[in-house]
Amino acid sequence: MKIKVKLFAYFRDNRFMEEFRDYPKGTTVGNVVDGLDIDREEVGVLMTNFRHTSFEAELKEDDILAIFPVVGGG
Amino acid sequence: MKDRIFRVNLTDMTTTVEDVPESWAGHGGRGLTSTIVAAEVDPTCHPLGPKNKLVFAPGLLSGTVAANSGRLSVGGKSPLTGTIKEANGGGTAAQLMARCGVKALILEGQPADDKWFSLAVTPEGVTIEEETELVGKGNFAVLETLSTRLENNPAIITIGPAGEMKMAAANISIKDPDGGIRSNGRGGLGAVMGSKRVKFISVTPGDAKLEIADPEAFKAANRTFAKALVDHPVSQALGQYGTNVLVNIINESGGLPTKNFTQGQFEGHEKISGETMHDTIKERGGRVKHNCHPGCVIQCSQVYHDADGKKLTSGFEYESIWAMGADCCVDNLDHIAMADKLMDDIGIDSIETSVAFGVAMEAGILEFGDGEGVCRMLKEDVATGTGLGRVIGNGAGSVGRTYGVTRVPVVKNQAIPAYDPRAIKGIGITYATSTQGADHTMGYTIATNILNVGGAVDPLTKEGQVELSRNLQIATAAIDSTGMCLFIAFAALDNEECLPALIDLLNARFGISLTADDVVNLGKYILKTEREFNEKAGFTNLDDRLPEFFYNEPLSPHNVVFDFSGEEIDTFWDF
Repeated sequence: MKIKVKLFAYFRDNRFMEEFRDYPKGTTVGNVVDGLDIDREEVGVLMTNFRHTSFEAELKEDDILAIFPVVGGG
Repeated sequence: MKDRIFRVNLTDMTTTVEDVPESWAGHGGRGLTSTIVAAEVDPTCHPLGPKNKLVFAPGLLSGTVAANSGRLSVGGKSPLTGTIKEANGGGTAAQLMARCGVKALILEGQPADDKWFSLAVTPEGVTIEEETELVGKGNFAVLETLSTRLENNPAIITIGPAGEMKMAAANISIKDPDGGIRSNGRGGLGAVMGSKRVKFISVTPGDAKLEIADPEAFKAANRTFAKALVDHPVSQALGQYGTNVLVNIINESGGLPTKNFTQGQFEGHEKISGETMHDTIKERGGRVKHNCHPGCVIQCSQVYHDADGKKLTSGFEYESIWAMGADCCVDNLDHIAMADKLMDDIGIDSIETSVAFGVAMEAGILEFGDGEGVCRMLKEDVATGTGLGRVIGNGAGSVGRTYGVTRVPVVKNQAIPAYDPRAIKGIGITYATSTQGADHTMGYTIATNILNVGGAVDPLTKEGQVELSRNLQIATAAIDSTGMCLFIAFAALDNEECLPALIDLLNARFGISLTADDVVNLGKYILKTEREFNEKAGFTNLDDRLPEFFYNEPLSPHNVVFDFSGEEIDTFWDF
């Protein structure tokens, strides 16, 4: 299935900003994070389709997954 | 040196130095400005008349070596909201004022004639001098002239043309360690300073030093405290990307107010994002990290250069970039930076003014996206005080009323900042109930609604939002009393050593024995004191509401409205 993966802040370094990527059915958010060699400890926020999600959530065709490190501001 | 109250009466041009009344002794920063305003200002007075007072107070820890303790609070009755107001900012003034032994500096009265004055604060007291050369000048010219006129590198607190013209969005500017500007931005306190006809205040402590009751304990507590700040990953991200790292994440959440609050996402978000800004700064030889006051270990500020590699602006913050960017649909970071610099020079709040431009664009005065037009209008209209310039300089509500716009994002007439309350509901409770009009810094629910700091509360549901906002508003009022930058809150919410170390710092500074409960009670006292002032000024619970359009215009992409009833909002005050 096709998933649009978006990376932010320093997660983009030596990776990409956004890409359509193919994953097998049943792939979880955590699988995608691990597959990108991103340390789960460094992940601050995960969103699919503009809503917060978790490492355990299963993805579905055409989902937009956004992966942010721990960030803040204001 | 003993802390004292420095008082300047601009009606009869007298100054005094007084002992600190017992009931004020435990207060600093916002707690002290609000206590003094509540005690001495008639809540029904005209904010620009002689009965209003302008109160400056360093935080309880300002002037010490405690990390991040350099925020200066300024308070009074706001000409923008009509409520009590406290605005705090960085720069060098809080620390130098504390070293002068200033617990608070109170400006009162009003000169009878149309002369302008400057004030010089030293440990001996305050002197008043007539000022002619700098009248009408922008803030950068003020800083440049004073850097050669005054000796010993004093702190400078100044107003620009907006403050002189008493515009309701005028801010108070404070010199930073590199001669840049930090702003006590919100609520028009620059207009109050202008109404007292004070163009600038210099602060020179000489060799004066603070007394620390228990220096060893203070040092130990500061080590723990600074380490908690430095180690927190949010602090590290703030140093690298600045506050503007938020553009992309708030956009992704669907809560980035766009095109005068008609959409929750901005097509041009990537072009104005913290990531793009970071790369641009590096490419052009600016500075990614910069401290707004000495002793800051987070360094979220930065210096942004233009395409020719010359400094364009510094302290280029998410709120300003969102407001001039997404809200006005300007996707050119250089135009936003130029507008930011112009607003610093004019001395006007970059949130209020930019949101006012968003409303003006809806009214058809400018096209959405016209960043060059905004810069032109700032120079030709706002800085010079044409009719239109004054309409904009009096804020978003002023533009809406003048041009008959109904979509005007304000609460208590103060512009709503960078988070849409329909898609991030906790912050809507803060906007509605804040004692000072819409202000994200009063109770920053974004930490927990979006960033997963201090737990997680779903931004799109109503559950838990009132309690979240209440707890944060109480904690924030207490933090705002210490002189600490609010960004210590990220570490304080997550690291269990951080808050006890902060309390240890207070105890070691004053030789007292505060507990965590005392700190919470301080926060509650401040909120209730401020609310009581507002009630006496004529505000009721019906003022704790959002503008109508938030309740009936769904926001994309989630297609949500703000759906709290008045009764639900009012439960905020059940404490």
